[in-house]
Amino acid sequence: MSDAGVMFPRKPRRIRGRSIAVIVFLAMAAMFFCVPLYVLIVTSFKDMDQIREGAIFSLPIRWTWEAWRFAWFDACSGLSCEGLQQGFWNSVVILVPSLIASIAVSMITGYALAIWDIKWAGPFLFLLFLTAFVPFQIIMYPLIRLTVMMGIYGSTTAIAFVHTVLAMPVLTLIFRNFYKDIPSDIIKAAIMDSGSFWRIFVEIILPLSGNILIVVLILQITSIWNDYLVGVTFGGLGTKPMTVHLANMVTVSTGTVSYNVNMAAALLTAIPPLVIYFVLGKFFVQGIAAGAIKG
Amino acid sequence: MPRVSFEHIVKRYGAVTVLDGLNLDVEDGDFLVLLGPSGCGKSTLLNLIAGLQDVSSGRIMIGDRDVTELDPKDRGLSMVFQSYALYPTKSVEGNLRFGLAARKLPKEEADKRIQWAADLLQLQPLMRRKPSELSGGQRQRVAIGRALVKHADVLLFDEPLSNLDAKLRSEMRLEIKKLHDTLNPTIIYVTHDQIEAMTMATKIAIMQDGEIQQFGTPDDVYENPANLFVASFIGSPAMNLSPARLELKAGNATATFGDGTQLSLVGATFDHAVQAGRDIMVGMRPEHFIMDATGTADGHSMLQLPVIMVERTGSDALISLDFVGEHLFVRAEPDRAARTKTGETVSVHYPTAKLNLFDAQTGLRL
Repeated sequence: MSDAGVMFPRKPRRIRGRSIAVIVFLAMAAMFFCVPLYVLIVTSFKDMDQIREGAIFSLPIRWTWEAWRFAWFDACSGLSCEGLQQGFWNSVVILVPSLIASIAVSMITGYALAIWDIKWAGPFLFLLFLTAFVPFQIIMYPLIRLTVMMGIYGSTTAIAFVHTVLAMPVLTLIFRNFYKDIPSDIIKAAIMDSGSFWRIFVEIILPLSGNILIVVLILQITSIWNDYLVGVTFGGLGTKPMTVHLANMVTVSTGTVSYNVNMAAALLTAIPPLVIYFVLGKFFVQGIAAGAIKG
Repeated sequence: MPRVSFEHIVKRYGAVTVLDGLNLDVEDGDFLVLLGPSGCGKSTLLNLIAGLQDVSSGRIMIGDRDVTELDPKDRGLSMVFQSYALYPTKSVEGNLRFGLAARKLPKEEADKRIQWAADLLQLQPLMRRKPSELSGGQRQRVAIGRALVKHADVLLFDEPLSNLDAKLRSEMRLEIKKLHDTLNPTIIYVTHDQIEAMTMATKIAIMQDGEIQQFGTPDDVYENPANLFVASFIGSPAMNLSPARLELKAGNATATFGDGTQLSLVGATFDHAVQAGRDIMVGMRPEHFIMDATGTADGHSMLQLPVIMVERTGSDALISLDFVGEHLFVRAEPDRAARTKTGETVSVHYPTAKLNLFDAQTGLRL
C-alpha cells in the first residue's frame, strides 16, 4: 500500500439531523407497504390451524404451498371451482388485444396530432384533455348501451374496446408530447422524401418510439391487469378476468374464510404486473427520463 | 427547364405579413443565395418553395409547372437542413435510400444512385454507420448525398454550414461549390453568412423585412450596393458610411462633412441626376483606401486624419481614424499598421470612382 498521492483526504460524510428525519420518514412510508405485504406472504404459507391462533405476524410453523395450490386449481368463484387459473387465462386473453388496440390507436392519433397539419387539432386535443378527467363510472352506462348496440357486450372484444376508449385521452397526450419533441427538420425531410403518412410512421417514427413504448406498455399492463370494474361490467360469464375471480373467491357469505387461500390468490393476481415491472423497470425509468432524440 | 419563379408571393401569419408581394426569378443552373439577417423572411421563402408552408397568395413556378398547390414530395425538390435532419435510426445507406424507396425506383437504379452519391461524397466507408456515429462534417455530407440521390431539379439548402466549425465550413463551402460546377443543378441556398454568399453564389438576393433589397451577382452587390442597407450589410469589415451635404464648388461636385471637411466627388459615378444641397451618405470601403500615396493624383480624394486605434486581425490590419468624430476604418498591411501609432496623423487616398453615394433620406444609391 502506498500513501503517496493522498494529499487531501476527504472526511467521511456524517449523517446529519436532517438526513435522519428523511430516513425515518422514508422508512415509515416503506412500512405502510411492507407490513401488510409481510402479513400477506406469511399467511399464504400457513395452514388454517395456525391462522386461527391469531398471531398474524408470526412466521409459519410449517411452510406449505397448499393454499397456493388450492387457490390456483380448486378455489371456487361463483359456481365454478376451477381455481384462479381460469381467471388468469381470461386476463391474458383480455390483456393482449386491449394492450395492442389501446396503444396502437393512441400512438397513431398522437403521431397525427403532433406531426401532421390537422384541422381542429387544437380543439380536439383540448377535448381529449378534458375527457381524461371524466370518471369511468359516469360514462359506464352509456358505454354499456353502446357495446350492446355494437353487439359485442359480454365478450373480450367489449372489454378491449372499453380499455382502448378509456386509455385514449392520457396515452394520446403522452405520445403526442413525445413526438412533438422530434426535431422538426427530421419531419420536414421525411415529408419531402416520402410524404406518406404510414411510411413515415413505420420507418421513421416507430423506430424512435422505443422509450415511450416501454413506459406506456408498463402503464397499460398494470392498469388492464389490475382492472376490476371494466371486467366485471363488460365481460360475460366466461370472460371474467382474474381480478373478478379473486373478488368472487374472497367474498364468501357462508362457511369459514380461508385466509391463507385468499392471501395466496391475491398474491397470484398481483404477480404478473410485478414481473413486468421488474423486467422492464430499468427501461421504464430511462424512458421517462429521456426525451425523443438528440442529434 | 427548372427555372424557379416566385410571383407576387404573400405570406401572412395571422395579422403579421412576412412577405408582401415578392417576385424573384432563378434561372436554370443558378446558384442563388438568399442572404439577410435573422427574421428577414429568407427561411420562410425556402419553406414556401419546399411546400412545407403554404403561401397566402401568389404563385410558385418550377420550370413551367405551377407547384403552388402540390405536395412537398411532388415538387421535384430536395433539401439540406441546418441540423442535417438525418433519420437517427437509419444507417447512412438507409438515409440515402429512404427518399428513393418512396419514389418506387427499381432496385438496380436505386443501388446505382446510392453508389454514385457514396463515391462522389466519399461516404463509402460510412455506409453501415448510424448518424450518431458520424462527425458533423460527415453528417453534412450524408445530408447532401441524401439530397443528391433523388436527382431533383432544384436543391434547397437551409443554412447547411452554420453548425460546423470554421475550418470545416470553408472545406464544405468548396465542396458544395464544386458540386454545383460539376452537376450544375439549380440551387437555392439560405444563409446569413455573407462569406458563403460571396464565395458560392452566382446570384445573391439580399433580403430585409420580407423584401428583396437587391438581386444581382456577388460582384454587383458588393461593388454597387443598391441602398444603404445592402451597403452596410455586405462587406466585412463593413463599409464606412458618413453623412455629408452635396455641394457644387467651381462646377465640381463636392461632399461637405459635418466639420467642414470637403471631399471632391470628381470621377464619382451617379446613376441619377442630383441637385446640390442634398443630404447624402458617403460610403467608402476600408480596402479601397491607399495609404502614404504622395501628392494628389487625379481621381483620388485625400484625407489627413488622426489615428484612434490599430487592430491586427491576422492576415490584415485595420486602422481606425477619427473622421468627423466617427471611426473611419482603413485596411492596411500588417507591417504598415505596426508602424502606425495612436494619435499620429496619416494621409489616406480614396479613389473617387469607388465611392458609394446614397441619398440620406431614401437610402437609395445615387
